[in-house]
Amino acid sequence: MHVDPFDSYRAGNSLIHELDPRPKLLFTLAFIISTTLLPDGAWLSLALAFMTVLGISLIARLPLGYAIKRSLLALPFTLAALTVIFVVPGQPLLTMSIGPWTLRPTDAGLIRFASIVSRSLISVQMAILLTATTPFPDLLHAMRHIHVPRSLVAIISFMLRYLFVLVDEALRLLRARSARSAGERPTRGILWQAQIAGHMAGQLFVRSFERSDRIYDAMLARGYTGYLYTLHTHIIQRRDWLAAAGAVIILSVIQLAAHLP
Amino acid sequence: MPVYHPRPSSAALPPLTEARHTPVIEVSHLHFSYADGHKALHDITFSIHAGEKVALVGPNGAGKSTLMLHLNGILGGDDHVRVYDLPTIKANLPRIRALVGLVFQNPDDQLFSPTVLEDVAFGPLHMGLPEADVRQRVQAALAQVGMSAYAQRLSHHLSVGEKKRITIATVLSMQPELLALDEPSAGLDPRARRQLIELLRQLPQTMLISTHDLLMVGELCPRALIIDTGRLVADGNTAEILSDAQLLHSHGLELPHIPATLRFPGPVTVSGSS
Amino acid sequence: MFASPRSPLMLAMHIPDGFLSLGVALVFWALAMVIVSIATRRTQQDLADRQIPLMGVMAAFIFAAQMLNFPVAGGTSGHLLGGALAAMVLGPWGGILVMTAVIAVQALLFQDGGLLAMGANIINMGVVPALIGYGLYRSVAAAPPKLRAVGIGAAAWLSVEAAALLASLQLWLSGTVALAVVLPAMLGVHALIGVGEALITVAALAAIARIRPDLSGVAAVRGRGSRAWVWGGMLMSLGVVLLSPWASSHPDGLERVAADLGFLGNEQDAALHGLSGYTLPYFSNSGVATIGAGIIGIVVVAAVVSAFVFVLRRRYRTA
Ligand SMILES: Nc1ncnc2c1ncn2[C@@H]1O[C@H](COP(=O)(O)OP(=O)(O)OP(=O)(O)O)[C@@H](O)[C@H]1O
Ligand SMILES: [Mg+2]
Repeated sequence: MHVDPFDSYRAGNSLIHELDPRPKLLFTLAFIISTTLLPDGAWLSLALAFMTVLGISLIARLPLGYAIKRSLLALPFTLAALTVIFVVPGQPLLTMSIGPWTLRPTDAGLIRFASIVSRSLISVQMAILLTATTPFPDLLHAMRHIHVPRSLVAIISFMLRYLFVLVDEALRLLRARSARSAGERPTRGILWQAQIAGHMAGQLFVRSFERSDRIYDAMLARGYTGYLYTLHTHIIQRRDWLAAAGAVIILSVIQLAAHLP
Repeated sequence: MPVYHPRPSSAALPPLTEARHTPVIEVSHLHFSYADGHKALHDITFSIHAGEKVALVGPNGAGKSTLMLHLNGILGGDDHVRVYDLPTIKANLPRIRALVGLVFQNPDDQLFSPTVLEDVAFGPLHMGLPEADVRQRVQAALAQVGMSAYAQRLSHHLSVGEKKRITIATVLSMQPELLALDEPSAGLDPRARRQLIELLRQLPQTMLISTHDLLMVGELCPRALIIDTGRLVADGNTAEILSDAQLLHSHGLELPHIPATLRFPGPVTVSGSS
Repeated sequence: MFASPRSPLMLAMHIPDGFLSLGVALVFWALAMVIVSIATRRTQQDLADRQIPLMGVMAAFIFAAQMLNFPVAGGTSGHLLGGALAAMVLGPWGGILVMTAVIAVQALLFQDGGLLAMGANIINMGVVPALIGYGLYRSVAAAPPKLRAVGIGAAAWLSVEAAALLASLQLWLSGTVALAVVLPAMLGVHALIGVGEALITVAALAAIARIRPDLSGVAAVRGRGSRAWVWGGMLMSLGVVLLSPWASSHPDGLERVAADLGFLGNEQDAALHGLSGYTLPYFSNSGVATIGAGIIGIVVVAAVVSAFVFVLRRRYRTA
């Protein structure tokens, strides 16, 4: 098994793919903030926001269900939010008695729940579209330019380079373990199993540490003195400004639809 | 400004034409112990002149990689190692690192940037060259190793052979005088190995090649050094060294040979023997 | 196809976007920004130009180590979140920085945790585990091996529990969950997850000490201000240990406090008074989770206190 951390990028040459990563990142953040700000039950705005997601998927020539399917990752939290159905005061819809429990879902509770879940899924979907249409090195470039601390971006860039190397090493360790314990029933206790997992983590740490030393040497050998220089990889063009203007209009319409009577 | 983009700088170094007749590398009485007390190098003395292609062979753990790391002051850092007569002391390091292109044994250590372009640009960017020059050098270096189409690729998507070529491009873009290559042919399939040998043959740089691949040494390097347990035990003509089975054997080396039972009828041509 | 390597249970710790109100999200973003920028500066001072390769590879290490699971009964498995381990081997600032990188990549690349919620996630899974993990680790550093292992395990367990507590509180302040149900559930589930975390952390540190004894000290950016970390970690741990069982059994008490302090708006206030309109006795009052959390909490308090006493006594003797 070869693990590829960049798998979430879908190569393409659509307008969305070719936009400068900076406006894309900023738009995604603004979109998520805008969605978070929508009040409960603002269905028209939520529908508009969802259409924006679908519209961008279309322009980016991604399968329509792509972002929707992947956004289901947020489901465990949906479970937690279920509880608001019974807490928010409103018209009780019915009364359920299960054993010692009495549950009264309310209409307002239901609306809050549906709103929370919709806001969350739509936000997650937009973040998915960002990573699906932007190669990660470009995202790093965008992060540098929106004043994320320079060394944090550099650390993330190194992390990404070595992510898959170390994940492969971790998988090798796991495979070696299952090869050794093949056939043998896992009769040994959990403590013993945890001991082995911990030992693998320790081994991986030492190897990673030693690797970072060699990488540091390799950087020194090519003139690194503590400052990381990078090339300009993007120049904002007219289409980026146009896309940004379009984005502002879309977000304004969504907010107006929610807050105008 | 949180982003460092290159600025024109005076750090770009003047060529060292006046120093042509001094040795490119001069190592004299070099000793080295690691922090844990392990003595890895013992009284090493040799020098390499411009245009030479020299092999460095020896068994695992002999100290080859350790010696390589001394050539541009990553280890050591005194006047036991001189590059164009410059001792490898701190003040000289920027200059020396531009002169000595060191390619590490493991390409995953050498290629530390997400994309090929960024990696090949790293050296020239950190030499302080302006962006236009950097781009031009990156293109030239990638073209030299035949990987021009790979600039935008992600390093970890590459095959071992491709990675090895890119590692060479990462130092060629610095336009060094000396290439120090640590096991460049390890892990390559026969075709990739052949392409690598041709590439190294064509490159004009002075070279020190650490390797276990004695057939490649025979093809590429007129001169060879043997190092064993941190000591330099032979320095001379490759043909003589390779034909001294006794010498090779006593230092854990041997020329590969094809067992008689596997020989084909007719003339045997072993790829790589010259 | 690369899926996020975490099990659904562990996903419960990465808050996605949409579950935190803008106010809560921004407050934690601001806090995270301040702390992370201090962490970048401090690690830069200590590691100089080694900072970037070391921290970057270590972030990749934590990410990979999160895949090293071990089977537990019923098809579930024990995992590592790594916040405490990172702080123990890299020092508190290094741990925070590394976890920040991990959380950022998980959010940006795998949508595992939100972008707007990232500040809260950094505090929950990076800063708090560093404080508790490193603080307790330092306080038992000089203890004999057995006690040391117990202290390290307790620190790792508490760091997970604290993160769960904090996440529950953030969700509740955002008005997206009913605390009475979610807090005991989160604490209960993470009490189990925390056991895996504790076992792996203890074993990993032991392995590092065996393979490269020199590293257990070298890698840690430490020295200055370690006493502040010890005290901070102790206080935080005690807070978690005391607050969790109480809050689980009397969520309405917590709500009253929050309402009095003005944390809850009128609407939420009213909403939460609706609590009395329904009952979930299993969870809110006499639940197994609560009792379990309480018992484990008491055990940990005992361990922390005895470790504390031990260290103090030792310091007293050597002074
Ligand atoms: N960082 C280190 N700390 C301590 N000892 C080391 C270190 N690196 C290498 N050594 C030891 O120094 C000796 C020389 O190692 P070196 O890597 O230079 O050998 P090599 O000739 O390159 O071997 P190989 O053919 O396996 O690459 C070995 O015995 C090795 O164990
Ligand atoms: Mg070597």
